[in-house]
Amino acid sequence: MKIAESWLREWVNPKLDMTELAHQLTMLGHEVDGIEYEGEKLDGVVIAEVLDVRKHPDADKLSVCQVSDGSGETLEIVCGASNVVKGMKTPLAKPGVTLPNGLQLRKAKIRGIVSNGMLCSAVELDLGDESDGIMSLPADAVAGTSLAEYLQLPDAVIDVDLTPNRGDCFSVLGIARDLAALTGAPLQDHTVDAVPAEIDDVQAVELVEPAGCPRFAGRLVRGIDRQASSPLWMVERLRRAGLRAISPVVDVTNYVMLELGQPLHAYDASLLQGTIRPRLAQTGEQLTLLDGKAIELNPDTMVVTDDSGVIGIAGIMGGLSTSVTDATTDVYFEAAFWPPAFMAGRARAYGMHTDASLRFERGVDPEGQARAIERATQLLLAIAGGQAGPLVLDKADEFAPAREVIVLRRERLARLLGATVEDHEVTGILERLQLDVTATDAGWEVRAPSHRFDISVEVDLIEEVARIHGYDSIPETTLVAQSPLETVTESAIDIERVAATLIGRDYQEVVTYSFIDAAANLAFTGVESELVLSNPISSEMSVMRGSLWPGMVAAAAANAARQQDRIRFFEASRSYHGTLEDHTEILRVGGLIAGPVIAEQWGAQTSQVDFFDIKADVEAILSLATDTAGIRFVPAAHTALQPGQSAEILRDGEVVGVLGKLHPRLQRQYDLKRPVYLFELDAALALASRAPLATAVSRFPAIRRDIAVVVDDSVTADALVAAVAGSAPALIRDVRIFDIYKGDRIEAGRKSVAIGLILQETSRTLTDEDADAAMAAAVRELQDQFAAQLRD
Amino acid sequence: MQSLSELIARATSEIDAAADLAALDAVRVSLLGKKGELTARLKSLGQLAPDERAVAGQEINRAKQEVQAALNARREALEAASLETKLAADAVDVTLPGRGAGIGGFHPVTRAMLRIQKIFRNAGFGVRSGPEIEDDFHNFTALNIPENHPARAMHDTFYFPGGHLLRTHTSPVQIRSMVSEGVPIRIIAPGRVYRCDSDQTHTPMFHQVEGLVVDENVSFANLKAVLHQFVEAYFERKAELRFRPSYFPFTEPSAEVDVLWGEGKWLEILGCGMVHPNVLEAAGIDAEKYTGYAFGMGVERLAMLRYGVTDLRTFFENDVRFLRQFR
Repeated sequence: MKIAESWLREWVNPKLDMTELAHQLTMLGHEVDGIEYEGEKLDGVVIAEVLDVRKHPDADKLSVCQVSDGSGETLEIVCGASNVVKGMKTPLAKPGVTLPNGLQLRKAKIRGIVSNGMLCSAVELDLGDESDGIMSLPADAVAGTSLAEYLQLPDAVIDVDLTPNRGDCFSVLGIARDLAALTGAPLQDHTVDAVPAEIDDVQAVELVEPAGCPRFAGRLVRGIDRQASSPLWMVERLRRAGLRAISPVVDVTNYVMLELGQPLHAYDASLLQGTIRPRLAQTGEQLTLLDGKAIELNPDTMVVTDDSGVIGIAGIMGGLSTSVTDATTDVYFEAAFWPPAFMAGRARAYGMHTDASLRFERGVDPEGQARAIERATQLLLAIAGGQAGPLVLDKADEFAPAREVIVLRRERLARLLGATVEDHEVTGILERLQLDVTATDAGWEVRAPSHRFDISVEVDLIEEVARIHGYDSIPETTLVAQSPLETVTESAIDIERVAATLIGRDYQEVVTYSFIDAAANLAFTGVESELVLSNPISSEMSVMRGSLWPGMVAAAAANAARQQDRIRFFEASRSYHGTLEDHTEILRVGGLIAGPVIAEQWGAQTSQVDFFDIKADVEAILSLATDTAGIRFVPAAHTALQPGQSAEILRDGEVVGVLGKLHPRLQRQYDLKRPVYLFELDAALALASRAPLATAVSRFPAIRRDIAVVVDDSVTADALVAAVAGSAPALIRDVRIFDIYKGDRIEAGRKSVAIGLILQETSRTLTDEDADAAMAAAVRELQDQFAAQLRD
Repeated sequence: MQSLSELIARATSEIDAAADLAALDAVRVSLLGKKGELTARLKSLGQLAPDERAVAGQEINRAKQEVQAALNARREALEAASLETKLAADAVDVTLPGRGAGIGGFHPVTRAMLRIQKIFRNAGFGVRSGPEIEDDFHNFTALNIPENHPARAMHDTFYFPGGHLLRTHTSPVQIRSMVSEGVPIRIIAPGRVYRCDSDQTHTPMFHQVEGLVVDENVSFANLKAVLHQFVEAYFERKAELRFRPSYFPFTEPSAEVDVLWGEGKWLEILGCGMVHPNVLEAAGIDAEKYTGYAFGMGVERLAMLRYGVTDLRTFFENDVRFLRQFR
């Protein structure tokens, strides 16, 4: 909300400069987003009277004006504005004056005629964002007067960011009330004298839905001057608050809303038919709004009706059929109280957040309707004349918000704040906030005023005391609390340790979005996501990802496009699965590598990464867990991976991850020049662990024996190692494949595999006979299982 | 026959003149070998009279020792020189880079998040997590934000059909943790959160760390202390903080915390407050007996301030040239 400093100071004027005042507002909880200083650079700009206007002899669009600046002299000035007329009062900048935009005026010849200054528009004086020619000041402006003085400038416009709980602060009065409570400066609560009725006319009103409208104040004003225009001071205040002047009737309603916080609606009284009845809309009812838009109403919405039907949505916007126009001479003012419960969400449902709905949703003072009508009447009569009828206030008190007595305990206040606030200070704060306070032995009994919708329980009062007492005045006290130690589990490997392991292997962590493109999700998971956002930012971010890969591959592609050829990424984050009714979030560790194994350097051959580079990284992570004997890499097709270079990772028969080479089709789709290898693990399954259990290390020497066998190509390394290890489990400590040969010296379809056996006993030194026996057992097993031929 | 002293002198000069180990060995053989000069002299002692024999024997042995010492010295010198030559040939350019792969790094947001976690862990806070696909109850209702509450408009929520949503803050973890663990409780909850907002200063996904402490006598003064200590621990310097009244439906009193940054500029870094009794009650906690504080901080914001990152969006572009700065 924007509010002019000059207006605010009319209501409360603490001895603080603008900066300090803004700070105090901020420390009250009304954060000042910005201060705009206006009219600071109007030195030398004075009000001038146009005495005569002639056409410029050599330019169609220019006029030559004779102007009085009040000094008795007459100045000749060339003006390009089309609205300049004889008798007009307008701002004048004479040579030597610098305009707010930095332009310094000098005498200048324009098409052969010397101009002794410039008649100015609002834009040129930084007093508006648009202007239609030069500024036309009211006739009462006196030539020679400083413009700044006349417009009550300079002024500051404070932009306050109000919190949604403080509907009572959406006005000059509301802000002033809070500021007065804080600073102790008196609130100049301008009373409005009741305007006496000059005519007897009243508009009939019937509260047929009192719960939705427990207060409805109205008044007729007949015979206003259609030619009247709003006074400059009002136009200026509205402008500084961000509103444009429209007509005296509309301006008055806006002005009163800004000043008192009560939104008003003005009807053209001659267009009202019969009795006004505020009620809930009926299904299918329609209304054409002030702005010409036709809408269909929901049955949860309060509307204002007359005998013709719906004439306005309560607290949001009026209808077109009864709106005031240039032709309006009889006005009916409405000031109602629409309870927040009947307003909440309505403006949102219609997509129409208005100044009125903003206030009603948050709560408007249910006792402020009559006052607002009186103020509006007073202003309108002063501007446009007319005759006021009696003010009529219809009430249904049993439906007005009740303000119950709230008990504030001294002990509770001190306990929650961790600070003692003296009794007299507490009483003073609550009283200055216009709360009704009674001291008791244990504290206070308090009743909130009608304008406060945010005070209903004890803690609301504690907040008020803390806010005015000042958060700054509350000490900092370190909490001394029992904090029992938590278990540090070894049943799973910390994700941080996994990350550190990958980082040690030259992986860079990335963070990619949890929502991705539906097609990408399908391409990488083979599954249509059922977790589709209703209101995504864009279609590329519309479904919850079933895999970390799409985001990582996209990140790799973006980096490749930036000439980064060696890419090693990991991400440890969630993927999302299942249906809306039954979904799971799975913490995953994903990795991506592409490009050279190591960065180009003098000391090593560079080669491009392949399957076994990424497999080594996966194995390193998996080996962090205790009990990895049950882990198997099993060839398996995957929709995003190249056939023949993809595997599932099984742990005790359960799939805990996948790895492989990105399918060339996807590689091409992402415009990646080099092959990409990927892995993804389910963290909970892959990294389940336990505390390791130590076994004694053998003190006896180990013996190594090597064998080379020829087997079919289809025999996996895994199977060979398992066969050998199982052939003499008591002696064989380790089995390693140290060479694989395929080629001329071996028949096609077969391969030679060289296997090293490490033999060791824990209780004795092995003999050659032991080793020979183990070797023989291994060879036998290989022959039996794979028809292996021994090579020499 | 040459005198013994002349022999020693000649031998010494021959030893010194030996250019390599082979030449030195030849000199040794000519003096001490089976047919060497000194060997011959020792053999000839038998021809002397017994009383002369002892004296002469001693002299020859002394000469022999002297020659042997000279030989040893020369051998060591030659060996040292040879080793030196060999090592010189082995010298490497120590300025060449080391071999093998380098090292990766954490994403800066993770880096900041891990530090935040460490700071609170050190003070006895447990770390909890919760689902990101949340329901209305945990994200809003239980946090004292009933349906149609104006505060919901502040949240720009991503919805799924049928009522689920992406959590807009980590606060639902407060509810879930209090329900599952009861009180006293002292936890933080880091994680991803989502808001339907994307511009220069907003990304639709970001990270928060929630904090919650509930016990019998937890006060606003405790909250002020812990956050002041946190900010100083995180930025590793003294910091001036400003607790500014604000409004969150799930805390009361509520505050936004600003830190004094540079020349008198206050920067908002987190929101906090005393847990609202309605929230405690929604989690089945006796709000009369227990009080608590809660806070929520934006990790990206803290990472930006700590690491001098000026554009929020760079965190999610994953440009390695940017990321490599945060090893």
